[in-house]
Amino acid sequence: MTTILTPALTAHWDEPDSFTLDGYRRDGGYRALAKALAMSPDEVISTVKESVLRGRGGAGFPTGVKWGFIPKGDGKPHYLVVNADESEPGACKDIPTMLNNPQALIEGTVIASYAIQANTAFIYVRGEVLHVIRRLQNAVAQAREAGFAGRNILGSGFDLDIVVHAGAGAYICGEETALLDSLEGKRGQPRLKPPFPATSGVYGSPTNVNNVESIASVPWIIQHGAGDFAALGTEKSKGFGIFSLSGHVTTPGQYEAPLGTTLRELLGLAGGIRAGHRLKFWTPGGSSTPLFTEQHLDVPLDYESVAAAGSMLGTRSVQLFDETTCVVRVVLRWAEFYEHESCGKCTPCREGSFWVVQMLRDLEKGGGTEADLDKLLDICSNITGRAFCALGDSIEPSVKSSIAYFRDEYLEHQRRGGCPFDPAASTLFTMESAR
Amino acid sequence: MLPLDELRSKLAADAAEIIGRYPNPRSALIPLLHLVQAEEGYVTGDGIAFCAEQLGLTEAEATAVTSFYTMYKRRPVGDYHVGVCTNSLCAVMGGDAIFADLQQHLDLGNDETTPDGKVSLEHLECNAACDYAPVMMVNWEFYDNMTPRSARDLVDGLRAGADVAPTRGAPRLCTWRQASRILAGFPDGQAAEGHTAGDPSLAGLRKAKEQGWTADSPPSTNGGQQR
Repeated sequence: MTTILTPALTAHWDEPDSFTLDGYRRDGGYRALAKALAMSPDEVISTVKESVLRGRGGAGFPTGVKWGFIPKGDGKPHYLVVNADESEPGACKDIPTMLNNPQALIEGTVIASYAIQANTAFIYVRGEVLHVIRRLQNAVAQAREAGFAGRNILGSGFDLDIVVHAGAGAYICGEETALLDSLEGKRGQPRLKPPFPATSGVYGSPTNVNNVESIASVPWIIQHGAGDFAALGTEKSKGFGIFSLSGHVTTPGQYEAPLGTTLRELLGLAGGIRAGHRLKFWTPGGSSTPLFTEQHLDVPLDYESVAAAGSMLGTRSVQLFDETTCVVRVVLRWAEFYEHESCGKCTPCREGSFWVVQMLRDLEKGGGTEADLDKLLDICSNITGRAFCALGDSIEPSVKSSIAYFRDEYLEHQRRGGCPFDPAASTLFTMESAR
Repeated sequence: MLPLDELRSKLAADAAEIIGRYPNPRSALIPLLHLVQAEEGYVTGDGIAFCAEQLGLTEAEATAVTSFYTMYKRRPVGDYHVGVCTNSLCAVMGGDAIFADLQQHLDLGNDETTPDGKVSLEHLECNAACDYAPVMMVNWEFYDNMTPRSARDLVDGLRAGADVAPTRGAPRLCTWRQASRILAGFPDGQAAEGHTAGDPSLAGLRKAKEQGWTADSPPSTNGGQQR
């Protein structure tokens, strides 16, 4: 059987001390740091460029190129900010990474900071994950004590302070400029770009904001070489990434595989859709990506192929729903999420999200007319591209794709004057056993 | 609740430590608000005044930040703040049923607290544990794969003072105030405790081990496929 899974970041999660410095070093940890510190910062950036690592937070921008945007010799302090604010509905890869292998993130943070010559790094972690925060605090303390962070790291003369910064509950702070405002002690609202963070980030200084998985992949790339990483994946989507399967699947969980792996392959390993049911719709990359259906089982899950099929790879957050699920209910709840999380800065998102929710609520209850579907699509299309940041653009995809694939299901709500589905049939427990 | 001058004398040293972590003092506002929440149980008017004066901000500026973030509470919550994820995936997998059942069982609406002050209830947005759905949180610790019955047992246990450890987290469940102190950056020494790699976290790794697959030898050299 051909190789489908390539555990790298997840390779040692089954060891009871995988989160400790000792466990991490036993498995080869911090060798990459020594190797990187013997290189010049530019050589480290070149290596990450050659690996074609693309940002694992969803946007897919080449990480090494992003690092290269940081000015050199500008006399200003530089900053690295790790975006650990994982909150996109469906995304659940960074949290287990930080629980079970936080030292890979710390080692990657030191290497990345060295590459961009930052002497302060922030790990901005969402606040609602207490044990993750404990693990990060502990990992930083252990790394510092062992000389992998702090002053004169491994005798190289390079200094780095790492600050674990717990957020306070706001999805928008996963947007990189909103994160920076939040990190500066303000309301987390996005900034106009340009200027981009690479020239004017935190405190107006050159800043790189990178996702947890991107940074945690860096030690592997330095240790094994850019070529080994780029040997995995597809032509333009290189390397491995964590695919998170959730919902109506027999064995939900984290599956680390080369980009370009298909859902059919992943489902084959995960035992398929739960017994007695069939796949109805799924998200390839979280709630902000257009829905896929059974017809997309063989789409290679890389940036280009998923886009060509009409969706986005996003964060590889594969949420699976079977035929018992009402698509209107699912899409309404996501719209309510974006309404709740809209920061209020721009009108299309602030007002539009409320309109979309009102219309979807009515439709889910069996109200409205067929013309309302077109009105809903019209409102959505007036949000996308007109909002200040990507949060506004995230409202339309599930609405539009669900109407495209399941228009008749919306109309069935109107014909019946209510939802045709029994929510009890969708639960993972039988209601009788749960009483 | 402590008056402002007592807050000052009690928290000044902690506040100085927090502010010292940052190149620019204002960055300390978010952890300072966690700190006053740890002391007072919620962000009081005096708590806001304390944070503002530590950073040279107006109270209006500090209030504006407080009201932006959902984790800051402006009135008391329970010792155990219970959250049920009702974002789409958890809702469909059973979160809606669990939340409805708990509201009835505790006779609480959303964002309300039991009369004994032990438990408050809130529905949550996605907490990044979808592979463990339906998910609940107590004081931001994970309770995985819940059912209406296990949820009821959990809140009953919390009210009775029973030992109800999280599924993935520190075995000794913190109170709301203790948890807030950790968020402010003062660890409680439980980082090394608790089992965190549940079955879903290991699902792919186990399959790979069965097959002898690793990332370390590229597929092109071990007979696997290269795309």
